[in-house]
Amino acid sequence: MAQLDIDVQLQRQDFSLAVRARIDMHGITALFGPSGGGKTTLLRLIAGLEPDARGRVTFDGHCWQDDEVIVPAHRRGAGLVFQDTRLFPHLTVAGNLRFAAKRAPAARPGADFPTTVEALDLGPLLDRRVQGLSGGERQRVAIGRTLLARPQLVLMDEPLAALDVTRRADLLPYIESLPTTFDMPFLYVTHALDEVARLAVRTVVMADGRILMQDDTPAVLERLDLTPLTGLPESGVLLDGRVLSHAPELQLTEVDIAGQRLSIPALDRAPGSAIRLRVRARDVALALLKPKHISIRNVLRARVLEIDIDRDTAFAEVLLDLNGAHLRARITRASADELGLRPGNELFALVKSVAMDGEPLRRDV
Amino acid sequence: MDPGPVWLTLRLAGVTTAILLIVGTPLAWWLAHTRSRAGPVFEALTALPLVLPPTVLGFYLLILLNPAAPIGGFWRAVTGDSLTFSFSGLVVASVLYSLPFVVQPLQTAFASQGRGVLEAAATLGAGPLDRFISVASPLAARGYLTAAVLGFAHTVGEFGVVLMVGGNIPGRTQVISIAIYEQVETLNYADAHRFSALLLAFSFLALLLVYSLNRRALPRVI
Repeated sequence: MAQLDIDVQLQRQDFSLAVRARIDMHGITALFGPSGGGKTTLLRLIAGLEPDARGRVTFDGHCWQDDEVIVPAHRRGAGLVFQDTRLFPHLTVAGNLRFAAKRAPAARPGADFPTTVEALDLGPLLDRRVQGLSGGERQRVAIGRTLLARPQLVLMDEPLAALDVTRRADLLPYIESLPTTFDMPFLYVTHALDEVARLAVRTVVMADGRILMQDDTPAVLERLDLTPLTGLPESGVLLDGRVLSHAPELQLTEVDIAGQRLSIPALDRAPGSAIRLRVRARDVALALLKPKHISIRNVLRARVLEIDIDRDTAFAEVLLDLNGAHLRARITRASADELGLRPGNELFALVKSVAMDGEPLRRDV
Repeated sequence: MDPGPVWLTLRLAGVTTAILLIVGTPLAWWLAHTRSRAGPVFEALTALPLVLPPTVLGFYLLILLNPAAPIGGFWRAVTGDSLTFSFSGLVVASVLYSLPFVVQPLQTAFASQGRGVLEAAATLGAGPLDRFISVASPLAARGYLTAAVLGFAHTVGEFGVVLMVGGNIPGRTQVISIAIYEQVETLNYADAHRFSALLLAFSFLALLLVYSLNRRALPRVI
C-alpha cells in the first residue's frame, strides 16, 4: 500500500501550518476539518504548489521534497483537482482531456481515454467549449483531466463545494466509483461529514494547520461529536450496551453496560437489543465514595486508567475502565489533585447525561 | 512621391516590432509574475518613454551610441558600422522608444490569466516552457496582437528620437515622419500631404484594429 509521509511547516502572516503524518493511502482518504484549517494549503503543498513550505514529503518511496530537493509540481505525479476546476478556456473539453493524456508518462499504468470518458460520462461533452459547461460538468471534466495525466496520487479539493444540492447528488456517485475503476489513491478534502461517511476508507482530521487524528473512517466518526458539524471534535466515548427493561411509569429504560446498570430516558427498543450510547467527557463526574442523597441516578464503579492533564487549561481528562468498556471524565485539575487520583484507583463515575447514538456504526468497505 | 521613406519606415517598424516581441515577452512575463521589490522599478523604467521627451531619450542615446562611447565603439569594432546616423542605430532607438507599447499589453495579458491555469497545467505534468507555449501564449494571443500593432504603429509614428539618433539621411535614416518634416521645410506641400494622409489613415486603422480587438469579450479563465 502506498504511503504518504509528510513532515512539513509553512509560515504565513496570519496562518501557520505544521503537519507531521504518515498516511496509508488506498481508495479514498478524506482530509476533513473546518474551513480555514489549512486543508487546501496542505493539498497544494503535497502537489508542489507551495514553494515556501519547508520539510519533507515522500510518497510511495519517492521523495518529493526534503531539505535539499524540491521536486517541481510537473515532475511529482500528483494530480490536483481544483475546487474552481481551472479548465483551459482556449481548449474544448476533448482538448483539455488530451492536454493531460499527451503528458501522461507512457511507462506508468493508469487511466486511458475511453475508460475515463466512459466512467465520467464525458462522451456528450467532448466537442463542447468549457465556457458553456455547468458546474457539475466542469468538475467531471476536471476530474477526468487529472486522471488522464496518470498521477500516482490524486488530490481533490472540495469538488462538491461549489455545487448546489442537486448537482452534488449527481456528482457524488461518479466520485464514489473512482477507486473501483481507477487503481489510484485519492486524497479528498472536504468539510462535509456526509461526504466523509460516504466516500472515505480512512479519514484524517485537520484544524488550525495541524492534523488532529487519523483512523479508519468509522472510528473517526465515532470519536467526533457531530453536533457542531465542522467544529473540533469533543472528547467522549461510545458505549455498547443492551436494553434490559423498561419502566414506563418513570419514562426510563434500563441498559446493561459491561455488567453495570445505567438508566436512561425511555427508549423505544425491545429488551435485549443492542444499542450504542455516546457519553461526553464533560458529563461525567468522579467520586471516591459512593455518593448518597444525590440526583444523579447513574453511578458506575470504575477504575482509573490514565490521567491526561492539560496544563494550558483548568481541566484534566480521566480515562476510566468499566470492566473492559471505557469512559472519559473531564474534571478540573484542582479536583484531580484534591482527590489524589492515580492510575489504578477504584472510584465511582457519575454520569449526568447520555446520548443515544443508534445502532452500532457499521460501514462496508 | 519617393517610396524610399515608406519602405524604410516599414522595414524599421517590422524589425523593431519583431525584436520587441522577443525581448518584451520575457520582460512582460517577469513583470506580470514577480513578487520582487525590483518589479516596480523595472515597470517604471519600461514606461519612461511614455513620458520622457523624445529629445531626452535621443540625446542620451546619441551619447551612448556614438563610436567614441563604449557601446558605439564596440558595435563599430564588431560590425564596422556606426550606431549613430545608421539604420541599426534607429532600430536600437526604436526598440527603447516603443518598449512600453509592447510590454504593457503583454504584461496585462499575462497578469489577467492569473496563476490558476498555469498551476493546473503544472499538476498535469507540463513543465515551465511547455506551460508558456501551450497555455500562457494562446491565452495571451489577443495581447500579442495588440502589442504587435501598437509597437509597429508607434514606431512608424516616431520622430524626435529618430531625428536625434539618425538624422535625416535619405535611404538610410529618412523615415516618413522625417521626410514630411523636410518637405514642409522646403515648402513641398504636395508630398507632405500625401505622406501625412498615409500616416493618418494607417494610424487610424491600426488603432481601430486594437480597439475592436479589445472590445470583444476576452476569454474568461474558469
